[in-house]
Amino acid sequence: MALLEVRDLKTHFLTDDGIVKAVDGVSFSIEKGKTLGIVGESGCGKSVTCLSIMGLNPRKMSTTTGEALFKGENLINASSKRLREIRGNDIAMIFQDPMTSLNPVHKIGDQLAEAILLHRDVTKRQARARAAELLKAVQIPRAERRLDDYPHQFSGGMRQRVMIAMALVNDPDLLIADEPTTALDVTTQAQILNLMNKLQEEFGSAIIMITHDLGVVAEVADDIVVMYAAKIVEQAPVDDLFKRPHHPYTWGLLGSLPRLDTDVDRLVQIPGSPPSLLNPPVGCRFNPRCAYVFDRCKSELPELEPVPGIADHFQACFLDEQTKERENEKLQAGSLAGGTA
Amino acid sequence: MSDELLVVENLKKHFPVTRGIIFQKQVASVKALDGVSFTVNRGETLGVVGESGCGKSTMARCIMRLLDPTDGTVTFDGRDITRISQAEMRPVRREMMMIFQDPYASLNPRKRVGFIIGEALEVNKMGSGAEIKRRVQELLDIVGLNPEHYNRFPHEFSGGQRQRIGVARALAVNPKLIVCDEPVSALDVSVQAQILNLLKDLQNEFNLTYVFIAHDLNVVRHISDRVMVMYLGTVAEVAGRDQLYSAPKHPYTGALLSAVPVPDPELGRRRKRIVLEGDVPSPINPPSACRFHPRCPRFHEGVCDTVDPPVREFGDDHAATCHYPLESWPLTEAQMRRAEEPVAN
Repeated sequence: MALLEVRDLKTHFLTDDGIVKAVDGVSFSIEKGKTLGIVGESGCGKSVTCLSIMGLNPRKMSTTTGEALFKGENLINASSKRLREIRGNDIAMIFQDPMTSLNPVHKIGDQLAEAILLHRDVTKRQARARAAELLKAVQIPRAERRLDDYPHQFSGGMRQRVMIAMALVNDPDLLIADEPTTALDVTTQAQILNLMNKLQEEFGSAIIMITHDLGVVAEVADDIVVMYAAKIVEQAPVDDLFKRPHHPYTWGLLGSLPRLDTDVDRLVQIPGSPPSLLNPPVGCRFNPRCAYVFDRCKSELPELEPVPGIADHFQACFLDEQTKERENEKLQAGSLAGGTA
Repeated sequence: MSDELLVVENLKKHFPVTRGIIFQKQVASVKALDGVSFTVNRGETLGVVGESGCGKSTMARCIMRLLDPTDGTVTFDGRDITRISQAEMRPVRREMMMIFQDPYASLNPRKRVGFIIGEALEVNKMGSGAEIKRRVQELLDIVGLNPEHYNRFPHEFSGGQRQRIGVARALAVNPKLIVCDEPVSALDVSVQAQILNLLKDLQNEFNLTYVFIAHDLNVVRHISDRVMVMYLGTVAEVAGRDQLYSAPKHPYTGALLSAVPVPDPELGRRRKRIVLEGDVPSPINPPSACRFHPRCPRFHEGVCDTVDPPVREFGDDHAATCHYPLESWPLTEAQMRRAEEPVAN
């Protein structure tokens, strides 16, 4: 059985302008010890998906339907009390911005100990010892002495390491990392990715990694989900996704990345910008920006279907296999045309 | 007319750190820039990379004279502009423009787009009202926006569109040099590609010269002709783009390159990363001699921390400031650590 299985998850927000369907029928699953990467541009619903799983969306303004089975237990209709028990204990989250996710008026040690005291029956002294141990595990020098420091005395990379330590306090089975390295420099990013890798081996947690950086998911993920406008457009094991991407949006994402190992004169660009989720385009949601659009795309919404002949690869696009193969070859050779300015 | 548009020599910017409220006395200084020299030729793009806090933005501001350098000279188009007055600076400003990082903060939310783009034209008295309006609409068209959006406010545009407005504003007075300070780091990848393509097209069309500052090595490689790597207020390495990326000489450049994630899972697994430990030290009290020595895998005691590293030339237009430059690339971690005796200068 999968550790977490999400089925037809929908999160809708009520706003003054109407209903925003931030997540609209998303399904995926993740096994123990594996890493799932969720990629997509800002506003495509990556973060909301994870917040919904954790039950962190404001209840008054949002409705969440579907199932998120964590070890067989549905988190979507779980009580607030039960969710509080699970959060920080079985499922933990690392947020994007290490500068704002730590409380600036509390000492690092106290913030770490809080999570331990909440979920474990230990004394304050034991909690403090555990906090020091964790700071050491995330490679912060002079850990015991730094427990009494405030967040502003730490650099960005160190704060992100504190966030990771905080998430690992109770050896969670599932770790959700929302853009954990976006705010960091490449050298610090390499340190953090190495660290997460090491900790995963040590603790055997599953990781859901949300990011817009395809380079990062290529390095850490086992499976990848590509999201566009609140829906999954492609889902595949990491090697397969990079070798045989099947959706024009994925081509666009891959082609728009300048790379160290290939030379292109012009980058592939996806014209326009992501649609508003208040009233998404009819038919395929990518059709107004797609270079391969034809009539059917504008009226029918493509379902996520298995790619014939390849296990575990799913895609949602009406284009025929021959065209896809041909365009993919162009992409790999660096000569995909893409749209124009 | 010489080929060099911008020559920067030994540029320094130290910010004072003071104590006391009434009797302020300087107790230390932040050495944001500490002796940076480089040249930019006409029509080329110089990419500048480095981690946050290495002085990239301070350098851009010193070139533009938005900050007054502590020491050194900036020569633009054959004229020393380091110490000329603000009034003398005004006509020079027309020749050099800047594109900023944050498209949300760099446009005045209370002004209409037409005014934002046309302001420089008005200040420099470059035409009547109607002429300026025509020019602004032409500019909007050039950067791929609808000229009819002349009367809109910045909040009506998306991030990518706002950055296009920033580009149009920089282009308005036909500058020779555009300093781009992290112009794409706040944008999504697909929008980032749009802006990068636009900048390249404009360069070809108007023969622009760019100083392109970014922390993303992939982006810098894509757009630059030459690349400069900075570390803690100093230049670590300068080289032609292909040279720098295929045969880096400074260990810091090597570490940066190996840390960049590659969007190719197979390649990524085969590759060996050189992970630097620790953070960039404080520029208030920078490490002695070579600034990089506390984090350098090739650190040699008694050399790197006592003797200032020499600038070594490696063939045409490739220089690195290091005692133990890399012999080849890529290197394994063991090779990286095993540096030969210092090469005789």
